[in-house]
Amino acid sequence: MAKTTEVRDDVIVRFAGDSGDGMQLTGDRFTTATASLGNDLSTLPDFPAEIRAPAGTLPGVSAFQIHFADHHVRTPGDSPDILVAMNPAALKSNLGDVKPGGQVIINTDEFTKRALAKVGYDSNPIEDDSLESYQVHAVPLTSLTVEALSDFDLSKKDAERAKNMFALGLLSWLYSRPTDQTRAFLEEKFARRPEILHANLAAFEAGWSFGETTEDFAVQYEVKPAKVPVGRYRNITGNLALAYGLVAATVRSGLPMFLGTYPITPASDILHELSKHKRFGITTFQAEDEIAGVGAALGASYGGAIGVTSTSGPGIALKSETIGLAVALELPLVVLDVQRGGPSTGLPTKTEQADLLQAMYGRNGEAPLPIVAPQSPGDCFDAAMEAVRIATAFRTPVILLSDGYLANGAEPWRVPDASALPDLGVDFATEPNALDKDGDPVFHPFKRDEATLARPWAVPGTPGLEHRIGGLEKADGTGAISYDPANHDHMVRMRAAKVDRVADTIGDLEVDDPSGEADVLVVGWGSTFGPIASACVLVRQSGGKVAHAHLRHLNPFPKNTGEVLKRYRHVIVPEMNMGQLSLLLRSKYLVDAQGYNQVRGLPFTSRELEGVINSALVEVNA
Amino acid sequence: MSTVDLNFPSLIDVPKTDEPLKAKDFKSDQEVRWCPGCGDYAILAAVQGFLPSLGVRRENIVFVSGIGCSSRFPYYMNTYGMHSIHGRAPAIATGLSVTRPDLSVWVVTGDGDALSIGGNHLIHALRRNVNLKILLFNNRIYGLTKGQYSPTSELGKVTKSTPVGSLDYPFDPVSLALGAEATFVARTIDSDRKHLTEVLKAAAAHEGSALVEIYQNCNIFNDGAFEQLKDRQTAADNLIRLEHTQPIRFGSESQFGVIRRQDGIISVVDCADVNESDLLVHDAHAVDPGVAFALSRLADQVSLAHTPIGVFRDVHRPSYDRLAREQLAQAQSHGGSGDDELQSLLEGKDSWVVTD
Repeated sequence: MAKTTEVRDDVIVRFAGDSGDGMQLTGDRFTTATASLGNDLSTLPDFPAEIRAPAGTLPGVSAFQIHFADHHVRTPGDSPDILVAMNPAALKSNLGDVKPGGQVIINTDEFTKRALAKVGYDSNPIEDDSLESYQVHAVPLTSLTVEALSDFDLSKKDAERAKNMFALGLLSWLYSRPTDQTRAFLEEKFARRPEILHANLAAFEAGWSFGETTEDFAVQYEVKPAKVPVGRYRNITGNLALAYGLVAATVRSGLPMFLGTYPITPASDILHELSKHKRFGITTFQAEDEIAGVGAALGASYGGAIGVTSTSGPGIALKSETIGLAVALELPLVVLDVQRGGPSTGLPTKTEQADLLQAMYGRNGEAPLPIVAPQSPGDCFDAAMEAVRIATAFRTPVILLSDGYLANGAEPWRVPDASALPDLGVDFATEPNALDKDGDPVFHPFKRDEATLARPWAVPGTPGLEHRIGGLEKADGTGAISYDPANHDHMVRMRAAKVDRVADTIGDLEVDDPSGEADVLVVGWGSTFGPIASACVLVRQSGGKVAHAHLRHLNPFPKNTGEVLKRYRHVIVPEMNMGQLSLLLRSKYLVDAQGYNQVRGLPFTSRELEGVINSALVEVNA
Repeated sequence: MSTVDLNFPSLIDVPKTDEPLKAKDFKSDQEVRWCPGCGDYAILAAVQGFLPSLGVRRENIVFVSGIGCSSRFPYYMNTYGMHSIHGRAPAIATGLSVTRPDLSVWVVTGDGDALSIGGNHLIHALRRNVNLKILLFNNRIYGLTKGQYSPTSELGKVTKSTPVGSLDYPFDPVSLALGAEATFVARTIDSDRKHLTEVLKAAAAHEGSALVEIYQNCNIFNDGAFEQLKDRQTAADNLIRLEHTQPIRFGSESQFGVIRRQDGIISVVDCADVNESDLLVHDAHAVDPGVAFALSRLADQVSLAHTPIGVFRDVHRPSYDRLAREQLAQAQSHGGSGDDELQSLLEGKDSWVVTD
């Protein structure tokens, strides 16, 4: 039949199915094809903590959302235009998010009495009128897949497993996605299992042909490439970008890197990735526990490597004592915290940004350290390099706060020119830096650089600089153990002053306020950048005036932060926690920063924040 | 005078001195602050006295410690050193050792530090065979916190925290290390300078983890804990000196021996009751740790009767450090690691170009 093609500027697709249905892979492949077409995009994988939750249940639903457009995209989108529901549980748990009038592709094969009852459907929603307000495509995805593979020597179960490729083929046709990447991916993945390869390819093609031929789908959509700065692009997730940022820091510093870590969701992929890049002089060490991971990293830093540890909130709790030791030793250490829902084990696969105060204050004694936070998946690359820069230049542990949303979310990323990346070279101490009372040259391990207040990095193996360091308080300069009251007071202030000096090396806090007349300022940090920026765009589109400032450095804050905050009549701080940044801003700058807080394990939607900002505008104008 | 290169496998990559060093070269300017009479003084002197014999450069030696009386040790050594946090020294030293083959890395720890709070790190360092020499000062008490029982204190021990006796069954550090797949395990005594020095030297030579348990007297909180093994009257009949390839005999007249019975159990006998050829010949190089483990079980936990000292086990297994570096070298042999390679990594396989 003749199909019409409609051009859309913006589409949100959500794939949802059982944990074993391959929804993440399907979403990932659709994303790659979309990226190569030149659309801007943002993704949100949302999956359960269990590897295989009980089949067909609501907790077992795994979903993947992608937002792609012919213009700049900042979030994975609020409400899907189209939902692919592989079973009743997927339909039930995702339908509420779909746009009114949106499309729903339902795999009817899985809508059996038993499966419906399992998730509490009294009647079949395909047959009753509960889906009236949506465009429903009832497609027997499973049986169509099995039928398409009838010529293959496969068990029914194996054939059924290819149904996600059928769905991918159908969606690829529906949104006119290129197919080369998917084919190439399958060919590589199943190179040694030709039977499985051909079955998957056949299922994929059958899905495409089904879209092309069936009357159910009358319209094919097209989304034109987005206008973005020229350059080479690739798709990247936050965890991959973090790992690549660390590789880049290794290359650009000329130092070896040592990652000491322990597997933990959602940070483990950083270990997996870095373990592939030994050629760059990166050693990865899967330790016996979180404490050993950070301990070994600190030991490597002591020896002149870039010591890195990666974890999530529970791991930071375990590492705290060692991070405090790094503060006292004044050695470089990079601590990556990919935040997840807490407290305790909390929500391992869901996002949250509730570790800010843990990063700021979660150690015994006065133990300040710099904190940086990336704002998007691609920005994790720059944030990782920045963390290494601060750690090595100021001889201090640095905590980088990513989160589950950034870690697994993806976006197109303009690949930087490697040779133009910052030079992170360091100078190790090689000579005595002081005189003893007889006038002989000696080495004082805590004699500080005047600009940064950093102490020398004198690594074992350097003749003449033999010295001892430790967690006991030490005399400034000589580093000898000191219990002197005045010295301790001095050292506590000195360590804080050193962290404050980082502010000399970072830029001012920039404000996005196109009208220049806004009374309301929204301040965010970390992964809320996308939803806040999108919300501001929505507010401005309807005539509102709002300013947005986003903090990359959480400690120290940029020098002009207080001045920026005081310029606005109303300050809103949206956070996926109970008000941690707002607490810091209020206490430090005595401004009435108002928190907007939610901890649902999911990012904010732009519409939600648009409402928050509009309410503030009404209040301010009243 | 030039130094002799001992060709110790564990020190192959560590730079050697041009001029021989002396014990005093290893003394730092810090005043030693252990209690007068503490066994730690003897160990410090023995270590400072023996290190010059290794012929390696002072700046390439590092002592890492945890927390406790013993862990003050690095401050008194004129080498590189780190006094870290409770129990974590093996973990910290692992990161240092793996990334720096040119260093000789020593861990100084105690029975509380290594076996209680740091038990996990100790066993994992041992099984991995990280190139660390771990000196475990065992005084069977918590000294720095003023006298609570430790994981090696005997059952029923009355201390400040156990006024009616400890309920904790103790670890034997040698048994624990052997169970943790350690490739080198030895025991020695603070007051026996000659034996201590020999054991330290054997440990230094060993590639991989070497655990040396040093019985150390705490004269303040657990004085005389090892007196049975030190007093001339009692030591001869209680102390068993293990020597590789030698039949195991002990006693004031060498009248006792150790045999392996037909049921496999190791026991002490009167030599008059057996043939010389029935005596167990100590083999520290035995691949199977079974006999070494059995020897570690001979001692009575309370009386210390029949306590073996010396090298229980000394077998070859490539160190974790070496294996890790080989993987790096293998990866690096495939090409460069500069900006070009970084560029190609960042671009990946699925990139696209946007033009005007």
